[in-house]
Parts: sequence; structure tokens; C-alpha cells
Amino acid sequence: MLILSISSVSFVFLIGIGLYIRAAPLFEEHSLFSLFRGSDWAPSKNQFGFYPFIMGTLWVTVIAIVVALPLCLLTAIYLTEYAKSGIRKVMLPLMNILAGIPPVIYGVWGIFFVVPIVREYVAPRFMEYSSGYTVLTGGAVLAVMIFPILVSIVSEVLRTIPKELKDASLSLGATKWETIRKVVVKRALPGIVAATVLAVSRAFGETIAVLMVCGNVPIAPASVFDGGYPLPALIANNFGEMMSIPLYDSALMFAALLLFVIIFLFNLISRIILNRIEHKYSS
Amino acid sequence: MTQHPLIRVRDLNVHIDGHHILKNINISIPDKSVTSIIGPSGCGKTTLLKTFNRLLDDTANVTVSGSVLVDDEDLYAPQAEVTHIRKKMGLLSQRPYPLPMSIYDNVAYGPRIHGIRDKTTLDSIVEKQLKDTGLWDEVKDRLHGPANKLSIGQQQRLCLARGLAVEPEIILGDESTSALDPVSTHTIEDLFVRLKEQYTIVLVTHILRQARRISDYIIFVYMGEIVEFGPTDEVLLHPKEELTRQYVKGFIS
Amino acid sequence: MGIRKRKAEETFFKILMVLACIIVGSSLFLIVGTIVVKGVPYLTWDMVSKAPEGGFYIGKEGGVLNAIIGSLYVAGGATLLGLIISIPISVYLNIYLKSGSLLSKSAKLAYDVLFGIPSIVYGAFAFSIMIWLGVRASLLGGVIAVTLLIIPILVRTLDEVIATVPRELKHAALSLGATRWETARVILRQIKPGIYTAVLLSFGRGIGDVAAVLFTAGFSDNIPIYIDEPAATLPLAIFFQLSSPIPEVQGRAYASALILTLIILVIVILSHFLATKHKHKI
Repeated sequence: MLILSISSVSFVFLIGIGLYIRAAPLFEEHSLFSLFRGSDWAPSKNQFGFYPFIMGTLWVTVIAIVVALPLCLLTAIYLTEYAKSGIRKVMLPLMNILAGIPPVIYGVWGIFFVVPIVREYVAPRFMEYSSGYTVLTGGAVLAVMIFPILVSIVSEVLRTIPKELKDASLSLGATKWETIRKVVVKRALPGIVAATVLAVSRAFGETIAVLMVCGNVPIAPASVFDGGYPLPALIANNFGEMMSIPLYDSALMFAALLLFVIIFLFNLISRIILNRIEHKYSS
Repeated sequence: MTQHPLIRVRDLNVHIDGHHILKNINISIPDKSVTSIIGPSGCGKTTLLKTFNRLLDDTANVTVSGSVLVDDEDLYAPQAEVTHIRKKMGLLSQRPYPLPMSIYDNVAYGPRIHGIRDKTTLDSIVEKQLKDTGLWDEVKDRLHGPANKLSIGQQQRLCLARGLAVEPEIILGDESTSALDPVSTHTIEDLFVRLKEQYTIVLVTHILRQARRISDYIIFVYMGEIVEFGPTDEVLLHPKEELTRQYVKGFIS
Repeated sequence: MGIRKRKAEETFFKILMVLACIIVGSSLFLIVGTIVVKGVPYLTWDMVSKAPEGGFYIGKEGGVLNAIIGSLYVAGGATLLGLIISIPISVYLNIYLKSGSLLSKSAKLAYDVLFGIPSIVYGAFAFSIMIWLGVRASLLGGVIAVTLLIIPILVRTLDEVIATVPRELKHAALSLGATRWETARVILRQIKPGIYTAVLLSFGRGIGDVAAVLFTAGFSDNIPIYIDEPAATLPLAIFFQLSSPIPEVQGRAYASALILTLIILVIVILSHFLATKHKHKI
């Protein structure tokens, strides 16, 4: 059992190291700089510019956060401060179910619900033609996927705020909303940040749902109505062909390594913040 | 605003979760003096205090009937404006709860909420309140430092200064020295004695000696009912009711 | 700022909050609704009882039994394997080690991180292992990948459940002279419902994941019999057949989506039920 436990800690590093080893051949021929900044993706010509995919990932993630964070903050505040317990009892299982739905189902929903909406209603508003398979669509689907994380963690954090602190503000004549805005949210800020970081890392790594609705065009998006090609989609789509072209497999492993490192860091940071909050306010 | 703000409670009944916590409370609390509410734990002392600034509103399953009149205005009238009422009452809790901001911002919080934006005005309010509560010299060099770095005694004085900054008429204290060391306790008690010249002070305490030291009047609450009310020495040294006599001798609770 | 303005601000945000809550809450119904609308027309008895005939990409007859069984095998096998590995780890971390020791803290942090790693990384990693071991895309490959994926989930959930056991119970057992193993058995029995919940959760995660099985399980028309043959899974059935120009093939994708969603709903309801039953017991 000791062996198993120790091996699990080293497992994390194993994955990282393994990926790095597989990606290493790539570095012999390409500098990190050209990998990050290059915009040409033509594996058969030995061109591996990851810039479009990094941008694709960023665009989709940012859209998802921009959509989800305000919605979930407001929802979490409402649930913890204003809503009757009946509403809370309904929302909790709803969030649990939402969290359990497989990404591929989100993808199907994205294709049959969100894509048409973007194509028929949203894009025309902005005078754009769009197939509907855009980073906006991907971001919207991703946003719904991270609703459960954001709502539940932020709710948890809000619940740790002592009632007496809120009472103190209320006794000075502040309204409930003013108390929330100026006191509660301020005190909950580290937790909210941690929740966001966690949600971002989840969004970063989401492969299938985004792949199904993003258009998979290997060009960096210039507007929300452009298609995108996030890193995980790159890996998933091309895994089959990667053995046939030299360095292709290293390139994909590099993409996986990138993802791994970023997500690892984000998770680490957010867990440390959350642990510190729990520690500070529970004893 | 009339010259003599006093609190008059008429037929106040409070039910929480179906339990009849306060029963037929009828009392008038004199102005410009310190009144202590004493009684065994769980008998409704704090609940009574919280009816004065309507802090019970936030608790679920609470029914309040009767009236609480301050300056002849009923706090529980349907058209009463809660934030306005609470502004009249400053509350000091058992443990200090500094707001998550700087010392300056803590004191300025109330005035800012009520519309005061001008920096010079705020500066002078902050300085005055910190001086009145004896904190000024200790913190004047770190006004913009975080409030939670102060010692507990300092934090409690800060909370007092914060409460005074909104110019209340009444100060409510809920066992406000029980978390403090003797020196800080003494400081806060002295403050109360000094402040009673301007404010009406109502304190909940379970320390009879403290009640004796600083109050002018005592209310003895037992099982949600007011058993006795009168000047301090009368109630503590020559109680009229048997229950009171037993309590002050330390028999009950 | 007058009081009226402040109250108006509060009302404004209250409305906003309710709207937000409604949007967030109803998203579930939008999703399930879409799946139901697309899938119900294709949910026939044939669909669930037959494998596709004539090739899964072009054959118009038959159903998705291959994917259903395949998914059950992969997820079931992975959950079993995962449980066998995770329970000892969890027991060791929480019961054998002193609480708060460096190893237990860093292991827990490691698992938290592993928990957040996307399934595609696990798929890629499992694929590398498979190449190294000489295993081809098959049921076995899928089981390996999904097991790797769900071990952190199991460990983390078990951690949380074991944490609900009051420390006094552990100390009481130890002070009565029980060995650490016997104490572990007592605690495990205590948290049985929690273990069931963890199992359900992991099974649900394992059965729905695409990226983990994408390169490891292969795909086939047939119901898998041997562990080293390629196996169809519901998520891949959806993924591969969704964009087919042949309506019947598309229909199989929709039906798979509906079946998968129903399985997940059942799992979540079951685990919710278990959780509340557990609460009443205490």
C-alpha cells in the first residue's frame, strides 16, 4: 500500500516526464519560440506553429469565463443570501446532474441547440455570416459545463462568512445588497479567485464538447464568430495520423505536455488558496 | 429629533421556531444612561437586544408582535425603514468583527453608505471617533493598514468607533467585553461611562460586577419575561422579587 | 445617496440574480430536452437489442447494443479495477499514516491535481503504455485508460467520505487494541454508502468519457467477447456516427446519446438517494 501511495505522487511527475520525453524530438529541430509564435501548421512540411491553437484555447476559455463567472456569482449569492431553502434544495441536485453529464452530450446539445442559435440569431445581429461553429459557440457550451464548479465552490466560500460580520454591516444601516457588495464579496475574494482558477483549468482541458462545435480551423480566431481549434481538439483529431508523419507525434505530445503543465499549475495554485482559506477560518 | 430619546417597549412578544422567546415585554429604557440587561443564559437577553435594531429580521421563522418605540416612532410599523432604524443604533458584539478593510475604511464605512463622500469630512469623522475611543494615538500612523492586524482590545474599540461614526442615539452592547482581557475590558467600560452623557446605552451582560460598576439601571430577564427593573443598587442590593434575589446571590444559572 | 436609490439598486440586482439563477438552472433542462427530442424517435426495441448490421458507418439496420455492452464492460471493468487500487491507497493515506504527515498531505495534493487533468492526457498516456506493452486498441486498452482516469476520482471521493468519520472512532478502535487493518475494516464498513456513491460517480464518469477511449478502445460492430478485441462504446458511437449523412446511422448516434444520458440520470439519482439515506442513518 505504501508503494501504491508513493507511486501515485510520482505518477504525476511520470506523466509529465513521459510526455516530455515523447515531445523532446521536436525541440531538436524547433525552438520553443517558433513553436509558440509560429502560425503555420503543416506537419507534412515540418511546420509546427502552435500559435493558432493556443489562441483558440484562450479565446474559448475566456469567452466561457466571461459568460459563466457573472452568472454563477449572482446565482451563488442569490442561493446563499436571498433564496428560500426550497430553491436551494432544487438547485443542488440540478448542479450535480449538470456536473455528471458527459462532455459528448454537451457536444450534441451544442450542435443542435447552440450552433443554430448563433447562426440564425446572434451572428446576423452583428452583420456576420457564420456557420454557427464558432469560438462563441464553444465558449457558450464550455460556460455551461463549468456552471456546477463555479456555483458550488463560490457558494461554499460564501457560506463560511460569519453571520456576525454581516450583522455588523447591517447594524450600521447598510442594505443587504450593500453588505454583500462591500463586505461579503471582499472577504470571499480569495475563494472566488480559486474557484475561477479551477474552472479555467477545467475549461482548458475540455476536449470533446468544444471539438464538436468549434469548427476546427487551424487559424487564430480574430472575432468571436470565427472558428477555432483549441489544443485538446488538436490532439484528439490527429491522433490517428500522427505516426505517419515525422515529428507529428512529438508535436501532439508537446501539445499534451503544454496542457498538462498549465492545468497542473492552475490546479496547484487554486488548491493551495482553497486550503489556506479553509485552514484560516475553520479552527 | 426630540431631546429625550428613549426606548419604550409595549407588549412585545417574540417567537422563534415556534418557541415563545420573549413574553409580554413592557419596559421603558431611560435616556442618557447605561442600562444593563442581566439574567441566566438563554433567557432572551440577546433576543431582546436584537429587537431594538431589528437584527432579528434576518433570522428565519421569527414572529414579532407588539411595538418598540424610539423617539415615539414604532420600529415595527409596516412603513418603518430598517436601515434608518439601524443607523440610530450602534451594535457592539461579543467578539469584534472588523470589516475586511483598512482601519480608516472601517470607521468611514457607515458615513460613506449614508452619502458622505467628501474626503475632508470623512477624515475629521475618522479622527474624532478614533480619538473618542482612545485609539487615535495607537493607530494614527497606520490608518490605511488592515484592521484585522489590531489586537482584540483595539479591534473592539475600532468597532465602537465605527458604530459611533454614524451618529447613533443608542448604543447596544451584547456581552461586548467577554472576549477581552481585563485591561481592554476596563477601557471599554470607561468609554461607556463617558459616552452615556451623549448616548443611551443598553448592555447585555452576565457579569454582575460589571453591571454594578457601570450601569445606572438594571433589567432582570428570566425565561423571556422581565422580572424586575430599577436603579442598579436597588435591584442588586435590595431586590424586590424573589427570583431576582436568588439570581444576584448566584443561586440560579 | 438617498435611501430610495439604494433600495432601487438592491431590487435591480435581486432581479438580476433571479434571472441568473433561472438561466443556470434551466440549462440542464435545455440539454436533456434537446437530447430527448432528438433521440426519442430512434429509441426502438431494435435499437437497444441489436448490434449494427452492415457496418456501423453505413449500415442502416440494427441498433447500438454493441456500444451499450462495450460501455458497460469498459466502465464496469475500470471501476472494479479502480476500486481495488484506490481503497488500499485511501486507507493507507487516511488511516495508516498519521493525519497531517507530509506524505499524506502531498499525496492528497497530488490526487487533487490528478483529478483536474483532462481525460485526453490520460488517453494519450494510456496509449503510450499500450504501445510499450504491445496491446492494441481493444477492450483492455479502454479499461486501462478509464481506470487511470477514475483512480483520482475514487481516491478523492473516498478521502472526503473517510474524513466524515469522526476521528474519535479511529482513536477508539486503536485504543481498544485493534490493529490498523482491523480499524480500517471498521471504518470501511461505516462508510459503505459513501463507497457506493464513489463507485457510482466514477462509473458515471468512466462510461461517458470520449477522450480516454478514443485511441485506446477502438471501435467495432460487434459485441465484445474477448478482452483483446476492439470494443464499441456509447460515447464513441455518438462521436463517430453523429455526422453521418445516412439518417439511420445518425439516428443511432441520437439514440446512443439518449441512452447515455438516461444512464447518467439514473446514476445521479441513485447516488443522491444513497446520500440522503446515509444521512438519516446517522
